[in-house]
Amino acid sequence: MLFTSYNFIAFLLILFIVYYSIPKKYQWVLLLAANFVFYSFSGWDNVVFITVTIISTYISSTKISNLYSGQASFLKENKGMLSREERKAYKDSIKRKQKLLLIICLLFNLGILAVLKYTNFVIYNINNVMGMFTNVELPFLNLLLPMGISFYTFQSMGYIMDVYRGKYPAEKNIGKFALFVSFFPQLIQGPISRFDDLSKTLFKEHDLDFKNISFGIQRILWGFFKKLVIADRILTAVNTITGDPDNYQGIFVFIGMIFYAIQLYADFTGGIDITIGIAQVLGIKVQENFIRPYFSKSIKEYWRRWHISMGTWFRDYVFYSVSVSQFMMNISKKSRRKLGEKIGKRVPVYLSTITVWFATGIWHGSSWNFIVWGLLNGLIIIVSQECEPFYAWFHKKFNIGHTFLFRLFQVARTFLLMCSLRILDCYRNVGISFRMFCSMFTNWNFSQVFSGKMLEIGLKKSDYYVLLAGVIILIWVSLIQRKGSVREKLSLKSEFVHYAVYIILIVAIITFGAYGIGYDSNQFIYNQF
Amino acid sequence: MKRKRVLNILIAVLILVLTLAFLEKLLMPKYMTEILEGALISEYYKEEYKEHDVIFIGDCEVYENFSPVKLWEEYGIRSFIRGSAQQLIWQSYYLLEETLKYEKPGVVVFNVLSMKYGKPQKEAYNRMALDGMPLSLSKLKSIKASMLPDEEFITYIFPILRYHSRWDELSREDIEYVFRKRKITHNGYLMRVDVKPLDTVPRAKILPNYRFDDICYEYLDKMVNLCKKNNIELVLIKAPTLYPHWYDEWDEKIKEYARENNLLYYNFLDYIDEIGIDFSTDTYDAGLHLNLSGAEKLSVYFGKILKENFNLTDYRNDDEVRKIWERKKVFYYSMKEDQYKELETYGYLKSYNIRREESEMN
Amino acid sequence: MEALLQILSDLHPDIDFEKHEALIDEKILDSFDIITLITEINEEYDVRIPVDEIIPKNFNSAKSLYELIKRLQDED
Repeated sequence: MLFTSYNFIAFLLILFIVYYSIPKKYQWVLLLAANFVFYSFSGWDNVVFITVTIISTYISSTKISNLYSGQASFLKENKGMLSREERKAYKDSIKRKQKLLLIICLLFNLGILAVLKYTNFVIYNINNVMGMFTNVELPFLNLLLPMGISFYTFQSMGYIMDVYRGKYPAEKNIGKFALFVSFFPQLIQGPISRFDDLSKTLFKEHDLDFKNISFGIQRILWGFFKKLVIADRILTAVNTITGDPDNYQGIFVFIGMIFYAIQLYADFTGGIDITIGIAQVLGIKVQENFIRPYFSKSIKEYWRRWHISMGTWFRDYVFYSVSVSQFMMNISKKSRRKLGEKIGKRVPVYLSTITVWFATGIWHGSSWNFIVWGLLNGLIIIVSQECEPFYAWFHKKFNIGHTFLFRLFQVARTFLLMCSLRILDCYRNVGISFRMFCSMFTNWNFSQVFSGKMLEIGLKKSDYYVLLAGVIILIWVSLIQRKGSVREKLSLKSEFVHYAVYIILIVAIITFGAYGIGYDSNQFIYNQF
Repeated sequence: MKRKRVLNILIAVLILVLTLAFLEKLLMPKYMTEILEGALISEYYKEEYKEHDVIFIGDCEVYENFSPVKLWEEYGIRSFIRGSAQQLIWQSYYLLEETLKYEKPGVVVFNVLSMKYGKPQKEAYNRMALDGMPLSLSKLKSIKASMLPDEEFITYIFPILRYHSRWDELSREDIEYVFRKRKITHNGYLMRVDVKPLDTVPRAKILPNYRFDDICYEYLDKMVNLCKKNNIELVLIKAPTLYPHWYDEWDEKIKEYARENNLLYYNFLDYIDEIGIDFSTDTYDAGLHLNLSGAEKLSVYFGKILKENFNLTDYRNDDEVRKIWERKKVFYYSMKEDQYKELETYGYLKSYNIRREESEMN
Repeated sequence: MEALLQILSDLHPDIDFEKHEALIDEKILDSFDIITLITEINEEYDVRIPVDEIIPKNFNSAKSLYELIKRLQDED
């Protein structure tokens, strides 16, 4: 079920009504059942895969957790009777067992993900290499990618790593744990929630609360507005431009890149708005995944504000794990001796950065485009880190860092830089992507914009008006948002204004949304990740 | 406080519903000056006196080829054509089922061309057949039977979900006919007086097989049973238009079916000379459909058959009924005159522009 | 403690690390700084800060960080 299908809306309405009609202690059970319905709508194979992940993670995390409690009681019982060495040996043996459980669970679940997602990519590369010597070609496999597998796998792997690190004990109730892993609003495109955060509200009993319902519905409507009115409308143009690189070069690459930035943002944040809104109607708090990322002044800041739950996941579970590992410490020691203090101490940080961005790249999609995209992101972050002394000098000397114009320049620079990187996201392969990027500087065809070609990319004049209005509203709302929640501000206004907003939003979505026959591109961009 | 809030919500919901209802009216195609076929189905419900002796159901081979006014003039038969573009057999069936809620005709005439379609063909034709019907169980069943894989049921219940993107192509017609549509047919007959003589008929393709789909027989059976149950005579016809081709093999099958079920079946293609149809003057699109002159000839001929076979009252002596039909005649002849005038002035029918796709006909 | 403060002020010369108590909460130390810190501490004190100790509580002030180092040294 896609968020923008009629089935889904009907499903939501029924769920909301039943949720607040049954005894409150069964609310979480109803949600679990709802997840099951949601999954089975898109095929039973989906249910099988997620169930395997739930059960394997549940068993290993419970065992790890039991080892912790066993250790605690053992140490308590034998307090003062063990020597320091004995204690250490005992603790190490427990840790070893836990580590083994963790590694098995990680390998098993990430293995499923990797096989389903990357087998064909590996075959593709093997074929390319073999093609140099022989005519033999391996056939591609027809693998299904279960819905939301990247998200629920990451969510449950984050959970077991937290349990392993002793952040919290494992959840004893398998039903509740299954609900955490499969919570349907965040299945299709995140966010990747943390157990300690989500469980605070997920399993609670929720009263019918007017504020939650109205705020939630407003958020859902806002999400639909972004998705249907803006993202799905502009998508045609993005596809036309990037699908025909021979015909659309120069200025059109630039236009395509800006359009894609709008499309991606409206689609992704719109989907997250719907997710958070649904959760809020249910009384559940899902963490924010975006904080106006296009207002960022640097790439580093951008990645702290875009798809936050993914960024922090990679930071906590990959970046930190890699960079403080014994292996990295040894490299650090060695490189200090060989390369000198200054460079040597940066080696672990940068090696970890490259690792994380490689992983982030390949997580987004199994192709070289995404790997190059990820590595370039890492590279830019490293370069800007290296340039820090220069920036400091610059700001000291000229002292314009706080002027509005300079901040605007920084925002525009960051936005364009991220747009340029995303070109890799759009074109068929890395070669074409670079060629198209270069054509922006070599192919000066600005005049074509006014020769009617803009009306050939799948948008009519009226579409441009709607898009322009939509983007202006989007920016306007973001600007207000900087000074606090828009919905809180709205709630201070009179009831008349309230209901006017609801009515205008609903009418605008129904009338100006790009849905239905003629607009079949309703797939979420992040659906299969 | 709480009651006030509930009241406010109710008012807001009401305003929302009214706004959407108005937008739906505004955004739905009106079919008043273009693609007139789209408006056919809804014409029936505006009819004040829903008492008919004969109801036609079927595709363009009924609504272009029979003139109820002529049937009235010649025989005093009260008839109505419930036709629509490429009406599929299940649509005909459910339309009949629905019509029987309003009245009990003596005879139902079904044109069998749609037996060739075992599957829904085109969303646009579904829309024309279904959007005009008010909500009823028959309509729901018809929608369910007609939907193509990429269609959504709910868009038939709330057509605004289908037509919302028309906001940028609204024309004067849409505003003019938001609430009230003008009458465009004569008891379901879509008049055309222009002539485009028959040139050549495209050769009939050889088909891999000449079977009708099971589902078509299923609905034909249902139709037979429905008529039997309601004591209605069912007549099967094939209109005398030359294209799309009506294969002999098909004809045999219908003949056999009619025999088995004791039905009257007329394939007018066999009686073209007898009827007096001349394809150099009696068709407006080179043999696909008859024009007014052709339709009137066919009506005279078919009326006689109806009279001979069934016990139909001649209502011409009934003052009350005559009054109603006199009004229809005035409309009929004024439109006829108007069309001739337009032909003379412009060389074509300017305000009766029935746009259709070229190759496959309804 | 002296050595730790030296490491910290090498990272951010403009911060008074002796007094500051919300280094993470106020986003003064980012993930790069944390890793640099951990490698430096590893070099200086010969303790490896394990990944499960990377929590705001331990890194919010120089004092808490020093306590962490002492604790890890004790455990070894």
